[in-house]
Amino acid sequence: MSPSIVAIGLFVYGLIFWNTKVAVSGKHDQVSPSGFDKGKNFVKVWDIPTWPTAVRHALIFTAVFVIGALILGFFLAFLMEKGLKGEAGFRVIFLFPMAISFIASGVVWRWLMNPAPPERAVGLNQLFNKIGLEGLSNDWWQDQHWGMAAMAIPAMWQMSGYVMALYLAGFRGVSEDLREAARVDGASEWQTYRYVVLPQLRPVTLSALIILGHISLKVFDLIMAIAGPQVITYVPAVAMFQQVFERGDPANGATMATYLLVAVAVLVIPYLVWSVRTERKS
Amino acid sequence: MTATTISAPGKAGKPGTRGGRARGARIAKYAMLLAFVVIFLMPVYVLVVTSFKSLQEADPSQAWSLPKHWSTYGWRTAWSTLRPGLENSFKIAVPGALISAVLGSLNGFVLSRWRFPGADVVFTLFLFGMFIPYQAVMIPLQSLLINIELSGSIRGLVLAHVVYGIPICTLIFRNYYVTIPEDLIEAARVDGAGMLRTYWSIVAPVSGPAFAVVLIWQFTSMWNDFLFAVFLGSQESWPVTVLLQNTSGSGATAVPYNVQMASALLASLPTLLVYLLLGRFFMRGLMAGALKG
Repeated sequence: MSPSIVAIGLFVYGLIFWNTKVAVSGKHDQVSPSGFDKGKNFVKVWDIPTWPTAVRHALIFTAVFVIGALILGFFLAFLMEKGLKGEAGFRVIFLFPMAISFIASGVVWRWLMNPAPPERAVGLNQLFNKIGLEGLSNDWWQDQHWGMAAMAIPAMWQMSGYVMALYLAGFRGVSEDLREAARVDGASEWQTYRYVVLPQLRPVTLSALIILGHISLKVFDLIMAIAGPQVITYVPAVAMFQQVFERGDPANGATMATYLLVAVAVLVIPYLVWSVRTERKS
Repeated sequence: MTATTISAPGKAGKPGTRGGRARGARIAKYAMLLAFVVIFLMPVYVLVVTSFKSLQEADPSQAWSLPKHWSTYGWRTAWSTLRPGLENSFKIAVPGALISAVLGSLNGFVLSRWRFPGADVVFTLFLFGMFIPYQAVMIPLQSLLINIELSGSIRGLVLAHVVYGIPICTLIFRNYYVTIPEDLIEAARVDGAGMLRTYWSIVAPVSGPAFAVVLIWQFTSMWNDFLFAVFLGSQESWPVTVLLQNTSGSGATAVPYNVQMASALLASLPTLLVYLLLGRFFMRGLMAGALKG
């Protein structure tokens, strides 16, 4: 146990501290000595034109992906919660995308969301043309305004099965007696859901929100696989990667990474404290 | 779903209608589920079908059709380009998962039984380690691995995966071990067994399911990792995800689609097989990620 505490202390908290030191070092290339810029870099990164874009993209992506995956996952669980024949099979199918890396699924989604003009189109645009739904053809992730929303589609495909599994466990946790009691009291099916089942699913929604949210803020593999480092789909993790590898600028990379950490911490820490406390009480 | 359903079972004068409604609802549910199945499997159809097309057929004009001549060209090319990566991925994910499981088991046991002052704080700090964006440790981690001469090596990648996997593995084992009755542990202690002895003779023998969950979970996430690999790996240690990205990813526009799809499938086969064969353990790992034991 104690070696593990030391390892986590060193590799997580020690390195976070070290990273913050790099961020305030003003070390913008590999040769100049480390100094201390009094945190000016936390202001200066916002002058890099692509950084505010990356942040905006991350927010759009997060909104679409988190809400989309929550709704889709909930709906799938709702369809299956009463138990039906073949449930196990449905579950396997909705969950399998989670076993695949974003890098691999990115290959096929890049094909599906190919924005080439009709004569050269592959993927969904060609399918839409074939079945007479030309109106649905679009530029997908290369769209100037809605690109990041399209980028959320593969992420939803990958993660909504997970949300489904969470909600399914939640539905099964609601006691049948409670539902029956509501029914005997004359509650309609819809009222039973609205006033008995849904309130009990709130903790599941919270867990799912936190898990999807932190995955979404950190999104990297998916973007790299589908678009690579392009401004049109720039996100903080990709911006950080480019500062480190292409610009060779550790201070900027570390600063961006710190912002990412703060965003995740704001989302996750209250939830962790809350769940450790509630567990202690029970 | 409408007002007519407001009726206690006794008042349902026409059981036929009720049954009819229920059957209608069930058919609607099946129809919607099947529609989702089609959507969810569409990428798989594209992957499989395109991967078996010949070079001539793998062009946009026949994008959605079945191959006329099934060809293994894509698969053979994919195999020869990805082979070093597949080997590296196994060399990273197998030992990595094993070490993770052993560490997680010991930690989980201690955390589940030992109530020391500040245990909650330590536990919370541990859990946060599970959520951090690894970008926030990556720059110093690169320097650290250079200093201890593990930079770019497979061992360096295993080390990173194992260390940052400690929180989730500990959590899974801890949640499993809290279900072991306290009496059993107490009895061992009364018989004079120390902590390690108790672990070996009481806890370890019943840990099978938790080991399965952690091994599968860690194997999958190490196999699918891309972030650690690009920051900490090198040409000699790149796992299959990096090779896939380099040969069929966003930069590789000149590679024909049949090779791209075969490569993506080949790179995913091990984790897909694990998922299909041992899916129920995979599920439990997922649930542990949501802090539900």
